[in-house]
Amino acid sequence: MLKFENVSKRYQETGEVLRDVSFHLRHGELAFLTGHSGAGKSTLLKLIGVMERCNKGQIFLDGENLSHAKEKQIPYLRRKMGFIYQDYKLLQDRTVFDNVALPLVIAGFGHQEIGRKVRAVLDKVGLSGKEKKFPLALSGGEQQRVGIARAVVNKPPIIIADEPTGNLDPELSSEIMSLFESFQQVGVTVFIASHDISLIKKMNHRVLKLDHGQLVSS
Amino acid sequence: MNKYNKRRQQTREVKPPKYLKPAKSDSRQNTVAGGSFMDKLNAYRDLHAHALFSSLGRLVASPFTSIMTVAVLAIAISLASGFYLVLVNFQQLTSHLETSTQISLFLKEEVSELHAKKLADGIRNKPEVQQVTLINKEQGLAEFKTYSGFGSAISALKTNPLPIVIQVLPKNSLTDKRQLEALLHEFQQNVDVDLAQMDMQWLERLQSIIAVGECAATILNLMLGLAVLFITANTIRLELHSRREEVIIAKLVGATHGFIQRPFLYAGLWIGFISGVVAWFIVTAMMLILRSPVETLSSLYGGNFHLVFFSFTETLKLIGISSLLGVVGSWAVLMYQLQHTKPE
Ligand SMILES: Nc1ncnc2c1ncn2[C@@H]1O[C@H](COP(=O)(O)OP(=O)(O)O)[C@@H](O)[C@H]1O
Ligand SMILES: [Mg+2]
Repeated sequence: MLKFENVSKRYQETGEVLRDVSFHLRHGELAFLTGHSGAGKSTLLKLIGVMERCNKGQIFLDGENLSHAKEKQIPYLRRKMGFIYQDYKLLQDRTVFDNVALPLVIAGFGHQEIGRKVRAVLDKVGLSGKEKKFPLALSGGEQQRVGIARAVVNKPPIIIADEPTGNLDPELSSEIMSLFESFQQVGVTVFIASHDISLIKKMNHRVLKLDHGQLVSS
Repeated sequence: MNKYNKRRQQTREVKPPKYLKPAKSDSRQNTVAGGSFMDKLNAYRDLHAHALFSSLGRLVASPFTSIMTVAVLAIAISLASGFYLVLVNFQQLTSHLETSTQISLFLKEEVSELHAKKLADGIRNKPEVQQVTLINKEQGLAEFKTYSGFGSAISALKTNPLPIVIQVLPKNSLTDKRQLEALLHEFQQNVDVDLAQMDMQWLERLQSIIAVGECAATILNLMLGLAVLFITANTIRLELHSRREEVIIAKLVGATHGFIQRPFLYAGLWIGFISGVVAWFIVTAMMLILRSPVETLSSLYGGNFHLVFFSFTETLKLIGISSLLGVVGSWAVLMYQLQHTKPE
């Protein structure tokens, strides 16, 4: 599903952030990406979404070479991925419904289909009945559920989360994690960057560890 | 990694659920929503309609900024179109005058009245000539007395100093300047004619002033057009800046530039359109205010001059051009800014 081959990334300001990273995630796998702060976790995830380009090596998503993707193709590639962020990245002036519907609107779905899909996914993440609320009226855990709902509403084959529980207390964190596991159980590939070692240990999944830009265990 | 997990992953990999089977052939396939062709068409139309009205809604939601922008644009557009309309009116004025171009022949002192009559009849038979008026010495003097205000002084003269004058009105079809000059030249060659003069020099001057005005208007309109372009571009840039977060999030969930641009382009269209309409009203109001003094002036000169307002096509052009400028201005800034708005 996702394959890194000798990938290196250098920022002009900070130098080499990722060095010779290679790994392979299979279809329907759930894996954690861990490492100290500044190890390069977020950078690695940005390479997958082509928010940044790698300097060396190649990245394949579902057989497609991301490192060769043209600018015009990038939006269509991103529609195959569901991104989740620590700060949720929600539109504060839009309702929960509108936030979750955004990927569907962008992909050109019709009214009725959007309504049906959004309600189904809100039900799945346990937010039914809150669709008319604005993000600020929700708790942190609920906002992250909105972010997750938005990421999965268009049924992407892979979900990528960058410190999804970074702002949540342990109890909410494990709730969010079990939500991710439920996606894995229906065949979605899930890739989560987190430095919450205790939570990761509890969960018994594959762990990739970055140390100063190098993959030290996978 | 425990064994159970590993096995589960492997079975998953062999048999992913149907709805998750990703499209392998073409990355664009994902953009095609489910449902029939008509559904997609409707969805596309809905998107445009939504962008059209939501962009208007945004303008209304920040009335102060919108009114300021539209006011500045409307003033610029009404300056440009008002200047244009003034020129149109001047052109109409000169086209009235062109028909009254006439040639005056001042005959020599020694030419008798009888000979002058024969000469006048000869000229009247020319194909280029529409009308010939003979003004003999007495008529000339009488006319001069009434119009010059030197009545009593002239009465004191013993002899009539005025020559016989033949006024020639060329045919209307003779608008070409060279033809007129040929005719004038012919009169100048005549032995009985002391002086042949075309009453057109002041008209020529007026026309060259109008030509300068037209040139100035073109430059002014270009400058004002650019101003409109830059003002819209800047308004859209500010709007884009205040919605930066939204643009980045839309990019992150797979929005194309086309999708992101759409509401901003419609905002530019609205700004241009509304400014064009407001400018039309400003210029029309100014013309209405000018109408009665201009017509009084015209009647004092015995003219039948009427102010020209915007025609229907000119109205369409005015609003069309300002809408276009709005779209082009926002498009230019979007082309530049969206390249530089990278998602983090
Ligand atoms: N846009 C950027 N430009 C320059 N340097 C960056 C940029 N983003 C991250 N970095 C640097 O790359 C390194 C890795 O950062 P990051 O990938 O965010 O690590 P992590 O997510 O593991 O904390 C850090 O040293 C950071 O300063
Ligand atoms: Mg990070």
